[in-house]
Amino acid sequence: MLLIPCPWCGQRNEDEFMCGGESARVRPDDPASTTDAQWSDYLYNSTNHKGVVREWWWHVNGCTKWFVIDRDTVTHAIQPASEEIS
Amino acid sequence: MSRLSSGGAIDRRQVINFRFNGTSYTGFKGDTLASALLANGVRVVGRSFKYHRPRGVVSCGIEETNALVQLRSDLDQPNIRATVLPLVEGLEAESINCWPSVNFDVGAINGWLAPLFPAGFYYKTFMAKPWDFYSRFIRRVAGLGQVPKVADTNSYERVHHHVDVLVIGAGPAGLSTTLAVARTGARVLLIDDQSDPGGDLLFDTAIIDQKPALEWVKESIETLAQLDNVSRLQNTIATGYYDHNLVIAVQTSPDESWIRERLWHIRAKQVVVATGAVERPMVFANNDRPGVMLCASVAGYITRFGVQPGKRCVLFTNNSRAYEYLSVLQEAGIKVVEIVDCRESVDDDSLKIAQLLNIPVVAGSHVVNVSGKKMVRSVTVRSINGDANLHTVSCDLVCHSGGWNPLVHLQSHSGAKPVYDSENVTFIPGKPIQSERSVGASNGRFLLSQCITDGLETGQKIGVELGYEFPEISFEKQTNDVNYAVEGFWAEDDNTGKAFVDYQNDVTRADLALAMRENFQSIEHIKRYTTAGMATDQGKMGNPNVIGIVAQMSGTSMTATGTTTYRPPFQPVSFGVIGGMERGALIIPARTTPITEWNISHGAAMNEAGANFRRPFYYPKSGESMQDAMNREALATRNGCAIYDATPLGKFELHGEDVPELLNRVYTNSFSDLPIGQGRFGLMLREDGRLMDDGVTFRIDDNHYLMSCGTGAAPVVLGHMERLLQTEWQDLKVYLINVSAGWANVCVCGPLAREVLSGAGMDRELLDSMKFMQIKTTKVAGFDVRVARVSYTGELSFEINVRRRDGLQLWELFMQAGKQHDITPIGSETSGVLRIEKGFVSPGIEGDNITNPYDAGLGWVIDMNKPDFIGKRSLQRDLNIGGERQHVVGLLPDDHNAKIADGSALVPVQAPTSGNPEFQGHVTAACYSPTLERTIALALLKNGKNRHGENIRISGLEGSFTATVTKPVFYDPRGEKMRA
Ligand SMILES: [Zn+2]
Repeated sequence: MLLIPCPWCGQRNEDEFMCGGESARVRPDDPASTTDAQWSDYLYNSTNHKGVVREWWWHVNGCTKWFVIDRDTVTHAIQPASEEIS
Repeated sequence: MSRLSSGGAIDRRQVINFRFNGTSYTGFKGDTLASALLANGVRVVGRSFKYHRPRGVVSCGIEETNALVQLRSDLDQPNIRATVLPLVEGLEAESINCWPSVNFDVGAINGWLAPLFPAGFYYKTFMAKPWDFYSRFIRRVAGLGQVPKVADTNSYERVHHHVDVLVIGAGPAGLSTTLAVARTGARVLLIDDQSDPGGDLLFDTAIIDQKPALEWVKESIETLAQLDNVSRLQNTIATGYYDHNLVIAVQTSPDESWIRERLWHIRAKQVVVATGAVERPMVFANNDRPGVMLCASVAGYITRFGVQPGKRCVLFTNNSRAYEYLSVLQEAGIKVVEIVDCRESVDDDSLKIAQLLNIPVVAGSHVVNVSGKKMVRSVTVRSINGDANLHTVSCDLVCHSGGWNPLVHLQSHSGAKPVYDSENVTFIPGKPIQSERSVGASNGRFLLSQCITDGLETGQKIGVELGYEFPEISFEKQTNDVNYAVEGFWAEDDNTGKAFVDYQNDVTRADLALAMRENFQSIEHIKRYTTAGMATDQGKMGNPNVIGIVAQMSGTSMTATGTTTYRPPFQPVSFGVIGGMERGALIIPARTTPITEWNISHGAAMNEAGANFRRPFYYPKSGESMQDAMNREALATRNGCAIYDATPLGKFELHGEDVPELLNRVYTNSFSDLPIGQGRFGLMLREDGRLMDDGVTFRIDDNHYLMSCGTGAAPVVLGHMERLLQTEWQDLKVYLINVSAGWANVCVCGPLAREVLSGAGMDRELLDSMKFMQIKTTKVAGFDVRVARVSYTGELSFEINVRRRDGLQLWELFMQAGKQHDITPIGSETSGVLRIEKGFVSPGIEGDNITNPYDAGLGWVIDMNKPDFIGKRSLQRDLNIGGERQHVVGLLPDDHNAKIADGSALVPVQAPTSGNPEFQGHVTAACYSPTLERTIALALLKNGKNRHGENIRISGLEGSFTATVTKPVFYDPRGEKMRA
């Protein structure tokens, strides 16, 4: 059970949260200008690499805040990421 | 009888009666079931898993693999270790794995057929036919214990605890650590699995500073008891070590008598593993015979329980520590006739002890066989190189000691990898991954003096690391232990009998050899193929033997062979304590509306209906079948008036200047021009273009909107918008408030709806003036209400929203006013019928993660001219890809009373009734329509949009029916009724 640092509530148990996936996946500004392949890549593919991943998490069973953390997918070490970066 | 006249921590004045396999026995307070059985001379306590060989008690602790019992007197629990089961009055237990009795076991035929049951037997044999064929035979004899047949009505609970330091184990190392940490002022919790602190010292005759070790334990506990920053739990076993220093422990018999077990979730800044070590068996032919016991355990039964497990003993060992127990055995009247030591040169300390006790040592030799089936009669000994020293010794007890295994399990759970310690011939904790330290025997420090020093030093380090002061204390303790010297020994014996490496799963050395002959190389593969180390004991005793033998056979080192991964739980955990208080109605607490009580008291058939609400399915009158009730309710809606509780629908208030922009982006159609007081049907897609939800959004005021959505979809829709507003579109000025639970919503519908509402006191002029999709704020009988004219039934329909607390009064008011019109409450099954008649697509039913809005006939809600909305790009992609798609259609079966199961397949009419006809789609929802007086269905059909009028065959569980494909609407296709 991970401890997730919610910027509003502090360290809380993982089961209060939902992971929102990699924050590097940002919705294209103009979807119409993407090719089908580019759009599919945005929709379905994550980098899913070993190591530190910047992720969205949602404190769904808490304050409902969305925020970003850096999580090491091997060690599960977690650092809060600054909010401006996404 | 094998009870000594004195000694042990038992109370001989308190006699306890118990039954084992139907026979009555007595024991004393302080006994375990195992010690009491040994004291009564019971040698065979169970049968083994695969070969059904008679087995006796092998250890005196948690590592026990043989003495597993079905505890009949307490919840009929299976696989309880007799070695840690406290004896209580009236205890009743039975052996597992034997039928009809432990002494005559039919399954033992597996032993005679042993050549048929080698490693991988199941994999190899059961490939020929489906598993179902074999399972009939196998299930009768396989498995450990029996599943209890009675419900467990005991209470369990869960607690969360946060602490600076958690120490696991109150043996010498754990106690020392706790003493040192406690002096620094850090908050520390000490947990221990036994009823009393002391760990192995409870089973030992050790001396600390010239006093019995238990004196030191007592003093230490007294010191700790006076400190506010220390808490201690006995009978509490750590079963798993998880991420971010979370340890889960099970406390049995807490002080509160009404709680059976308590589950502790403990988060600690630092975890100290002081779980000790267990003795390892030697591997030799027939090493599982009753009377072959671990050396320290035999000493333990003498010291702790005053039990003499045998009279004439042979010790077979590879290490010096086993010699330490000899004096205990001799003093208890056990004649140790011979020490068989596989070391060529036995160390001086060991020889000195043997000499003092006058016991001959046969060095460089090993036990190659044991005779006696239900009891040891003799052992055969031979030198390791050749036949020298070949002789037979008669005895009734074999003490064996293959060295010690640190219990690295919890550390392994935490993510660390054990490493091989060649000096101690065992695996010790590797580099910690989390904030964790292992101390004492679990850290490979086997001597008592080392345990204490290791604990004190570690405790000091931790305290200082956490920022506390540490006072000067002495780390030195005088103890009576001798140096530990051990040599690994895994040589082959005569192969004259089964040499077990895993007692519980009946895995032998020959099985390991077979696996390797079949080219299994990785230890992880060998483990799975042979099942060595996969039983409930998780290989506590036998795993290093498995690794040692594999390393020897493959000619590699222990380090190269490596260990397998230990997984939680460290000890089996009851389902009761995992569930805690979350059972029955509390597993998923049902949500209620103000009308729920009324529904139940008026005989509604209640059922789960999305978002954890329980809603009426239908309201049967006495003597009515479900179909009767649904027919009556549906006809009342179509021809008179009906009422239903729409409270569970999702409701969100949206405020702010950018609400229209948000709505334009999340809905497929445009909301820019929605007038105040008006609602609009909206379709929400996921980004992949699939249906998420449909609902109506009203404009209440300039910057104030009210969105409604389906019950089950409410959490999804809320999450979807929350996410977009907080991540992608942080610039949008929108407040989103979930008011789902804040409003009660009563829907009155049917041609007579206006009569009912005006009868209840609503302004008739307002009712007459309200157009379809309008919303008004008004008063009914003094209640402030929002009235919305929306329809999910296809009839004239008003939803009246009121403060939650007033919902029931409003409901009863409408029931009263509707009496003269025979107002009929309708359930969700009936709503389903009305929906199918109208062909209203349900995103959760027709939307199957493939269906897009065009497929569902909802193209009219999509405005592709908008610059963007969620799902637009994916719809464009669907259009670019093209190809044949499944469309929502209606089906009219030729048999008007056909019973069609949802999910039935659609196949060509001419399709053969057997074999694999071409699958063309499936029925999404079917029902009997009392209005049309026939069965109707909605379905997804390949190219269905262009096949209206064709015939198709419905093939499902309820039979095979021909049907005509139609438009997906069966009633009032132009929607005149709901707009009336
Ligand atoms: Zn929060």
